[in-house]
Amino acid sequence: MKKDIIIAGVGGQGILSIAATIGLAAVEKNMFLKQSEVHGMSQRGGDVVSHLRISDKPIHSDLIPYGTSDLIISVEPMEALRHLPWLAPGGWIVTNSNPYVNISDYPPVDEIIKNIKKVKNSIIVDADSIAADCGSIKAANMVILGAASPFMGIPLENLEDALKKMFSKKGEQIVEINLKAFRSGRKIAEVQ
Amino acid sequence: MQRLLLLGDEAIAQGAIDAGISGMYAYPGTPSTEIMEYIQASPEGKSGRIECRWSSNEKTAVETALGMSYCGKRAMAAMKHVGLNVAADAFINSAITGVNGGLIIVAADDPSMHSSQNEQDSRFYGKFAHVPVYEPRNQQEAYDMVFDAFELSEKYSLPVLMRIPTRLAHSRSGVVKRRQIPEKKFRLPDDSRRFILMPAIARKRFKILLENYEKLQFDNRLTKYNTFKDGPDRSLGIIACGIAVNYLMENFSDDELPYPLLSVSTYPFSKDIIKDITGRCREILVLEEGYPLVEEQLRGILDEGRRIYGRMDGTIPRDGELNPDIVASALGIKAGKGHTVPEIVKSRPPSFCKGCGHADMFNAIVEAIKPYGIQGVFSDIGCYTLAALPPYSCINSCVDMGASVTMAIGAADAGLFPSIAVIGDSTFTHSGMPGLLDAVAKNSPVTIIIADNLTTGMTGGQESNATGRLQSICTGIGVAPEHVRTIVPLRRNHEENVRIMREEFEYRGPSVVIATRECIQAGARRRKSEKSEKQKNNEE
Ligand SMILES: Cc1ncc(C[n+]2csc(CCOP(=O)(O)OP(=O)(O)O)c2C)c(N)n1
Repeated sequence: MKKDIIIAGVGGQGILSIAATIGLAAVEKNMFLKQSEVHGMSQRGGDVVSHLRISDKPIHSDLIPYGTSDLIISVEPMEALRHLPWLAPGGWIVTNSNPYVNISDYPPVDEIIKNIKKVKNSIIVDADSIAADCGSIKAANMVILGAASPFMGIPLENLEDALKKMFSKKGEQIVEINLKAFRSGRKIAEVQ
Repeated sequence: MQRLLLLGDEAIAQGAIDAGISGMYAYPGTPSTEIMEYIQASPEGKSGRIECRWSSNEKTAVETALGMSYCGKRAMAAMKHVGLNVAADAFINSAITGVNGGLIIVAADDPSMHSSQNEQDSRFYGKFAHVPVYEPRNQQEAYDMVFDAFELSEKYSLPVLMRIPTRLAHSRSGVVKRRQIPEKKFRLPDDSRRFILMPAIARKRFKILLENYEKLQFDNRLTKYNTFKDGPDRSLGIIACGIAVNYLMENFSDDELPYPLLSVSTYPFSKDIIKDITGRCREILVLEEGYPLVEEQLRGILDEGRRIYGRMDGTIPRDGELNPDIVASALGIKAGKGHTVPEIVKSRPPSFCKGCGHADMFNAIVEAIKPYGIQGVFSDIGCYTLAALPPYSCINSCVDMGASVTMAIGAADAGLFPSIAVIGDSTFTHSGMPGLLDAVAKNSPVTIIIADNLTTGMTGGQESNATGRLQSICTGIGVAPEHVRTIVPLRRNHEENVRIMREEFEYRGPSVVIATRECIQAGARRRKSEKSEKQKNNEE
């Protein structure tokens, strides 16, 4: 088993919590993992990406080669498109539909959505609204993680355990909100 | 068996903790910052068992670490690659004095310049200083090498350089931990005269250094990390340095590389290991994450006619970091092809955070300089460098830390008026202070605007040694107190701030304007931690 996952977004959108949750679940399953992160300059409103690789065999490169990623998880629609060169034929895109507009030349959202839909296996989720319904818009990243969860070769219960562990320091209520967000996301992926 | 999920940086830090360091010294800089941050957050750091406060710059960090080593204890200093330029004097001379307790200098290189002004390769510093270099290939090795590096350092009484590139520094993977070694006892050097580098002593010490540099290439603590693996196809031999081997192996499933491979991750290495490859293969591909250090040596000046492929002949791009695809195309392997990025995708340049005081400060600067018809101001490295971009576009330089002050002096000497420097608080105490003294000594008509956000912002908000001290530093250096002005960069103070700046531009001697307002990110973090502290206290 080997999965190469690209996680994309804008600085501050919580892509590292997505990566950390998957990472924790993978380590609990005793899998090998490499996860590259972006630190520094790009945190200031710039685009950020994490290459997450999990496998039952040792992994060499910290970076995913072009055209081999099984899954792009994006918390922002334009950022999903930025990493298309890495997507494998038949790979999945799971993305939030809500744009993060911090540049003056941000393209029309329907153009972006149209381009995402050109990829056969894509799931576009209004994660912000779903997260708000679950109790906090901050949990949008967990909605996306939930929607991507069927495609990463990790059993559901391991991911949920990891999520609980991740948020446990922040109190029961935060755990509940994020778990609910995760499950709502998962449901959307299952009906697709 | 304890397996931790660690960044390359964190693996080095955990290695240092477990190898029993007593002091960690660093100045922040991407991609090295997390080494110190990890130690500060560790139980050993929090309890004060390991001394781990930020230094004012990389030179003070290396020297302080050398002082700790002088007393027999293990110490580490960490910095980004350009930080080693600042610390170079201390680094190179510490090789001549030698060390007492083990000393490791970590330089985090940034090929492709993800957040740096150049992509210099720190391995050259190792060669220049005659200091052994470790270049880990993965997180586990980053951890393990620290133990060997300390032993090697103590055996040969030499500082050791560890070089880590961005991709490893900022990539996480499982690391198996060892049992912690207790810290070393306080023990002054038997021969303290070797630390006195007067010519007579230095000449002797340098000879010893040269001898050691020859000897240590056969030390198992270095050689065990350079591995040779034969392959059936001898049409090509490959030498891969550091993490380049990962990008190579990525292209072969089940580790079935057909070519003989020498994987190098310590320097200096003996010529003999190269013979494993050159004895078998006429043609050689050299893969290096950085400059062509090994490739250049291999080619030599007298090219012996052997085919060598690498960065110097264009097989690999001459600049920038490697990746699996670049290595694939060097081997003639067809790289995978994904979809193309649609044209509508726009780049997101970094910008000032909403509500950043730097923005208000630059609004005032733009207006204050308008009547003078100058293009802009000299500047430096930090968040405030973003004023190079619209709508401000008002800085003319960003070269190396502290250069704004001194370039302004030189430009004033040449006749520029007004000659203005904008420098961050942390950058000022890093390297701006001696420049200000130059200005005072020659009564140079420059205005230094210190962008004081009470933190080291660009690198994630580390404590700044400037905080609360700027006023007294500037007057202490000799700037006339009435020309050390303090402003608060807020929109409502705009008119007044413009007026104060212009008054100081007009003064024909050195003046300082300190623009103080807390970084909004740092402020948010402070309030959050104060809140959780309060909650904790209430619960107790
Ligand atoms: C010699 C050297 N050391 C470290 C760095 C990394 N670095 C770049 S900007 C910066 C922080 C600057 O902080 P400050 O001057 O307070 O400005 P701010 O980012 O807070 O606006 C650092 C440490 C560098 N570029 N060069």
